[in-house]
Amino acid sequence: MQVSEREMAKSILRISGVDTKKCMKCGKCSGACPAFGSMDIHPHQFVSMVEEGNIGALLESKSLWNCLSCFACVERCPRNVEPARLIEAVRLTVIRRQGANHLKPEEIPGLLDADLPQQAIASAFRKYSK
Amino acid sequence: MQRIGVFVCWCGSNIAATVDVAAVVEAVRGEPGVVCAADYQYMCSEGGQSAIRKAIEEYGLSGFVVCSCSPRMHEATFRKTAAKAGLNPYMVEIANIREQCSWIHKDRQYATEKAIILTRAAVAKLNLNTPLVAGESDVIKRALVIGGGIAGIQTALDIADAGYEVDIVEKSPTIGGKMAMLDKTFPTLDCAACILTPKMVDAASHDNIKLYTYSEVDEVSGFVGNFTVKIKQKARSVNKDLCTGCGVCAEKCPSKKARSEFDQGLRNRGAIYIPFAQAIPNVPVIDRDACIHFKTGKCGLCAKVCGAGAVDFGQRDEIVTRQYGAIVVATGFRPIALDRLGEYQYAQCADVVTSLEFERLCNAAGPTKGKLVRPSNHEHPKTIVFVQCVGSRDTSGCGKEYCSKICCMYTAKHAMLVREKYPDTQVYVLYIDVRTPGKNFDEFYRRAVEEYGVHYIKGMVGKVAEKNGRLSVQASDLIANTQMTLEADMVVLAAAIEPDPTARSIGTMLTASMDTNDFFTEAHPKLRPVESPTAGVFLSGVCQGPKDIPETVAQAGAAASKVIGLLSKEKLVGNACVAGSGETLCNGCSACENVCPYGAIEYVIREVSDHGKRELRRVAQVNEAICQGCGACTVACPSGAMDLKGFTNLQILAEVDAICR
Repeated sequence: MQVSEREMAKSILRISGVDTKKCMKCGKCSGACPAFGSMDIHPHQFVSMVEEGNIGALLESKSLWNCLSCFACVERCPRNVEPARLIEAVRLTVIRRQGANHLKPEEIPGLLDADLPQQAIASAFRKYSK
Repeated sequence: MQRIGVFVCWCGSNIAATVDVAAVVEAVRGEPGVVCAADYQYMCSEGGQSAIRKAIEEYGLSGFVVCSCSPRMHEATFRKTAAKAGLNPYMVEIANIREQCSWIHKDRQYATEKAIILTRAAVAKLNLNTPLVAGESDVIKRALVIGGGIAGIQTALDIADAGYEVDIVEKSPTIGGKMAMLDKTFPTLDCAACILTPKMVDAASHDNIKLYTYSEVDEVSGFVGNFTVKIKQKARSVNKDLCTGCGVCAEKCPSKKARSEFDQGLRNRGAIYIPFAQAIPNVPVIDRDACIHFKTGKCGLCAKVCGAGAVDFGQRDEIVTRQYGAIVVATGFRPIALDRLGEYQYAQCADVVTSLEFERLCNAAGPTKGKLVRPSNHEHPKTIVFVQCVGSRDTSGCGKEYCSKICCMYTAKHAMLVREKYPDTQVYVLYIDVRTPGKNFDEFYRRAVEEYGVHYIKGMVGKVAEKNGRLSVQASDLIANTQMTLEADMVVLAAAIEPDPTARSIGTMLTASMDTNDFFTEAHPKLRPVESPTAGVFLSGVCQGPKDIPETVAQAGAAASKVIGLLSKEKLVGNACVAGSGETLCNGCSACENVCPYGAIEYVIREVSDHGKRELRRVAQVNEAICQGCGACTVACPSGAMDLKGFTNLQILAEVDAICR
């Protein structure tokens, strides 16, 4: 069954609990984001694109996997919009599709590195897989 | 038995489109007491009113019901109609079939039925109405203005010029308020002190104005036309009458640890000090918390150097009791504390300043004598970043949810002044929206961009960090969809403004209502913008909501004209719908006294005759001049002794019965 972008937007809003209409488009989220440089779609764009139901591009965005979930955008937002929750909800939408796990178990040995804490890999595995 | 007329208004199509007015007329004809009923296109028009007057004469009406808009709209109009025709004005009832019926319903049949029921209730109530006469009270021809900033000064001057006495109570040692701290004013860029200090002098020298500086309102009692106010004059420790204002004491004071409030803490002052050169009165004050003499009993240098012998360490706070007919609140504002907005590093970096601090840094009489330097190293700043909406429009709990209104314009002013004086300094303004509604305001902002080359960037700051002695400002640029980092020497924060913290206690003393942000509420947002809903209390300046100087001066004048209108009356007609206690029913429980928001009820011991038995009882007594007729006491009274004239328990129950019939 084909799910329309509008319905997906609704589901993303429901999963995240975010009210995109509260956004006053000040851009503070993107001003605070430490991962801004590695994102193709930026935190403030997530808010307006979900609002407009423009989900297709978000599902393909590499920002889903580069967001650090540091919640700086949530902390700084003057309107309590919580963009990080929205990014999380889009990421979950991708992961919940069959076979869309972003980090597969067989990829992990290749990632092992003395400088990278194992907890980071374990938590990334949980976060990026169904 | 009453002889009642019912007049149903069409209000053009406002009512007639939804309510079948002819059906309402027919339905109420048979109600008890109704002797005539008619409908008319506009009942409030002269034609409608004369139809009512004619009917009063023709049918010998004892009262009438108008089925129309809310009583807030035209009750007064129809009461006047009644009075003109020789009826008591309180023999008029309004059935609200517009706001509470036609405007909120779509179904014609349902709305008509509801209009009939509302009319029937009004008729039932009117059957029990009795003529009421409002009491009269005297007006004390003097006004009190709380707050001595530009709002208070302007209001006081306007009232005083009309020939009435005015007292200004100001909590700090000088009048002048925030405007005295400013450098230039938008949109004309004239110097704030040049236009304010003459007004301060006018206020001080006016025969009708009395200044109470370094004083606070301690207690307020009474009511419109007759307030009694206790003013606490804090001890200055300097005798005003002897002091010549030479300033030697402040110069010689060895304690230089206290932060100057007037210079926003950017400079230290002595324990004995005059806030600024043009202060009024030009009399120093001793800050007892900072004074060596008060802390250790030693020093006393100021007293030794004072040629006039004016220093008086033994001075005490004094309470002055004064009477007023009207009170104007002009308590003003302050910038909010920025401790919950950590991303700007305001507390950590000396070069991150608020806009009010920036005013002092630009001001020729300020701590740097008007030379703009970085507070950290006193060097000339090459790049300045201004940040707008710092804590304004914030619903996260870190700031204020409202727009502070003045920041867009003063930031454009600051940016322009910097570029004018220091063309080598680059100026950036980070904004969410630029809001410039006002005469010559947008032109002013565009001049900053087009003539002065100020860089306006749409986007907010994510963080400020100190890096190699400079400030790194990370922000988004929403137009370019990028994140940028500006290297700056100074960051200026347009902090949100909030009502002065003393406003809350003043509001409580005056029983004047305030909103959730502690701004005073006006009696009507459009039609009564300078009056508090509490009779005799008026509002001037930012205490009512954020506003700039031109608006404040306009509101100050408006408040003054309302005060003059009140003080010019010989007698005040009170509210006829006041509470009264049936002394044989009163059980002396004090419930009414406890709920009364106006302090209108007191208990007295009185001889009461109950079924022929005479005995002394403690019973409630209402001061009708203070009672506002809110009815809280009638609901609280467990024995049914309290009743509100014009809205008696019997009348209300008759209405309920009519609705349930």
